[in-house]
Amino acid sequence: MNKAKQLFAGLILMALGLGTARADYTLNLMKGVTKVSNDIYDLHMLILWICVFIGVVVFGAMFYSIFHHRKSKGHVAAQFHENTTVEIIWTIIPTLILVAMAIPATKTLLELSDVEKSDMTIQVTGRQWYWDYKYLDNDIHFESHLDEASERVHRTVGADPRSVPNYLLNVDKPLVIPVHKKVRFVLTSTDVIHSWWVPDLGWKKDANPGFINEAWTLVDKPGTYRGQCTELCGRDHGFMPIVVIAMEQADYDAWVKRTSEQQKQKPDLSDQSRQQLMAHGESVYLKNCVGCHQIDGAGVPGLIPALTGSAIATGKWESLDGFLRAGTSKMPKFEKLNAKEFAELMTYVRNSLGNKVGDELQPKQTALPDDDE
Amino acid sequence: MSAVVDEHDHDHHADDHHDHGPAKGLLRWIITTNHKDIGTLYLLFALTMFFVGGSMAMVIRAELFEPGLQFVDPAFFNSMTTMHALVMVFGAVMPAFVGLANWQIPLMIGATDMALPRMNNMSFWMLVAGVLLLASTLFMEGGAPNGGWTLYPPLVLQPITVGKALPFAIFSVHLLGISSIMGAINIIATIFNMRAPAMKLMDMPLFVWTWLITAFLLIAVMPVFAGAVTMLLTDKFFHTSFFNAAGGGDPVLYEHIFWFFGHPEVYIMILPTFGVASTIIPVFARKPLFGYASMVWATASIAFLSFIVWAHHMFTVGMPIAGELYFMYATMIIAVPTGVKVFNWTATMWKGAMTFETPMLFSISFVVLFTLGGFTGLMMSIAPSDFQYHDTYFIVAHFHYTLVPASIFILMAAGYFWLPKWTGHMYNEKIGQLHFWLSVISVNILFFPQHFLGLAGMPRRIPDYAVQFADWNMISSIGGFIFGASQLLFLYIVIDTIRGGTGEKVSDEVWEDAAKHGLEWTLPSPTPYHTWTTPPTIVPTEHVLDSH
Repeated sequence: MNKAKQLFAGLILMALGLGTARADYTLNLMKGVTKVSNDIYDLHMLILWICVFIGVVVFGAMFYSIFHHRKSKGHVAAQFHENTTVEIIWTIIPTLILVAMAIPATKTLLELSDVEKSDMTIQVTGRQWYWDYKYLDNDIHFESHLDEASERVHRTVGADPRSVPNYLLNVDKPLVIPVHKKVRFVLTSTDVIHSWWVPDLGWKKDANPGFINEAWTLVDKPGTYRGQCTELCGRDHGFMPIVVIAMEQADYDAWVKRTSEQQKQKPDLSDQSRQQLMAHGESVYLKNCVGCHQIDGAGVPGLIPALTGSAIATGKWESLDGFLRAGTSKMPKFEKLNAKEFAELMTYVRNSLGNKVGDELQPKQTALPDDDE
Repeated sequence: MSAVVDEHDHDHHADDHHDHGPAKGLLRWIITTNHKDIGTLYLLFALTMFFVGGSMAMVIRAELFEPGLQFVDPAFFNSMTTMHALVMVFGAVMPAFVGLANWQIPLMIGATDMALPRMNNMSFWMLVAGVLLLASTLFMEGGAPNGGWTLYPPLVLQPITVGKALPFAIFSVHLLGISSIMGAINIIATIFNMRAPAMKLMDMPLFVWTWLITAFLLIAVMPVFAGAVTMLLTDKFFHTSFFNAAGGGDPVLYEHIFWFFGHPEVYIMILPTFGVASTIIPVFARKPLFGYASMVWATASIAFLSFIVWAHHMFTVGMPIAGELYFMYATMIIAVPTGVKVFNWTATMWKGAMTFETPMLFSISFVVLFTLGGFTGLMMSIAPSDFQYHDTYFIVAHFHYTLVPASIFILMAAGYFWLPKWTGHMYNEKIGQLHFWLSVISVNILFFPQHFLGLAGMPRRIPDYAVQFADWNMISSIGGFIFGASQLLFLYIVIDTIRGGTGEKVSDEVWEDAAKHGLEWTLPSPTPYHTWTTPPTIVPTEHVLDSH
């Protein structure tokens, strides 16, 4: 394997002390872009250097002993086996170091836990397997899914992850926040425990079903910051990234305006060509269904039914429609989808994934009475 | 510092030849109540499970060799991480230490056998039943449990996540728990009642002390784990809502209960490790163990602290600030007694006359690499920093450093150290050293880069990763494959030594002046089927010199 050879060569170079200056070889914690994340970085470095110091002393003594106090050099064993003074010393010194360490740690912890006086609040809801963001101050509400390119590649044996920019760390709709504002997050979940982590912000916090956690951030530097779910939440735990874009206030205000307007728009219920229905349907499928039913519709034996050849998927579309809206004990309700998405999704499921029903459904057919006013 | 008076040896030698030996054939191993046979069963079973759990780790490292989907589906990947942990913890490390306890505690305290031999047999076979039950879930519809070894609800109760496996896994935990508790009761009863009359508690070898304390930990926490999984069972099948918020329960409650078990559990795997290290290092340093009393007290303090620090596994769960502060401080304190132990081992080597046979090599690398794991543990105790480290590969690196080059290395050391005593044959030192050097180098290639991955932001328990994590993952996997393959050398050595080893007949002491350090070295090699039918009258451990 070429990569392995490259790597081996790299290792040899490193061993020769020449080093391979590769930008993506990150070794240490990142400083991040908030005051708290910088404080945490400082704590990390402080405790790291304390450990290095203790390590040098202890291992130094040990290896001195290993090299000099060996039988092959004719060293005769001393027989001491107690010394109250040194034992007291090496109990007290570590205790003092710990106390010294606890002081800055406590300060940072207190700062992190202070969610008071925030400028805005975003509700973060973990779902299998995407994040749902709700801006509590201005009614913006959207889902943030893994981008389609990563979605396709990570589900295909042998596909090349390097062909996808920000593989597994990109989403369709990033979370947008303003810089220089204290943003408070309230985190929860509707299914299992998730955990929301953006390393540049300095913390992660669990999203527990039925409970609400709080956290906050204040970003000074505009930019795009990426993270991932960090609590095992099922088969697609590795595929629900987080992208936060911090913007200058003016840009943020414009984004808020644009996004609220988009959200108020009614879906376009005009007829589509078969190709359009199928292509859009695949996108809807990749966002909402693929995590369980898989990219080929085969499901998971013993856990999740296949869509390929499924009586519900290929039966009357009206009952499929009802089924999707009602959900089951295993499957969430999909009433969040609009008529357009229902038409596209059902057309796709019935005419792809090994199914050949042959029909095509238009948004007007799937619209509920109150959809088209 | 005197060896046991010889006449006792003659006594039980004579016994051996006339006494009933083991039953013949396979039945010997099924019905045996002999502590040595049961110890052997435990050790061989643990070795088998080490390779089973290791194979699962190889699957994990193969999938993570490169980014992208290679070999296994994410759900199966999650089953592998879950089963790897459960098999290694409950099938390999814990049974291996029980096996060592069975072999060594009676030999070291001058007892004829364990106090409760029939229960001893039963606890071994319940372990086998429990592990087989767990392994059977691999072949069930919906696959083996894949919610992580911590079995957190609601994930582990979800019909789309776990198929038929859950009740089997839970019953398996019950069996393993009962087996462990019976083993622990047996060990406590043996230590308290069967010691040679001359041996006071503060005369006991450190291995015996650490196991005594470990046994109390086991009795205290295994029922808690059994309770937690039973609550999962009733939540799943009997509509209770212990952990279901919709019914008034709390999923975080499970985390608290689990880690109240889980933190002492990790010390259950490390305290006997300390005991073995404290036994081996003095023999090869040709010096008494430094600070015997402080070693005992440090072990006891660590055990006590293990009960009051559990929530440091859950700093990000959303605790009140007072809770976070308390658990941070309490956790930091553990560094003090643990430091005392490391300093004592170093002081034991200091001004010794060291030689570096395989058991000593593994023991020294244990001290060094366990200390590295301890350092990262200290870093993680700083709660704000843990907000970054938590659930990343930094944690994976941390606990593997405290388990693989610590517990596993010390188990290897114990094998090399005592196999000659048990079998009467010497192992092949050249292959032993080769095994050591391959292991110690590859284990660092395997786990050290995982620190970098975690700090760079790679979460744990993911089957695929962003491309910036690719290089270190590939290096880690290469280390993993070398480490895995190297362990076959250990298997070879164990089989070879049992079958005659180098052909060299070992002395009773096996290692130079070992009889100064422990009673077992005053017995013949190989150890007869029945030992200490007459208890020793003089206890040959060095620290006794001072106290008498």
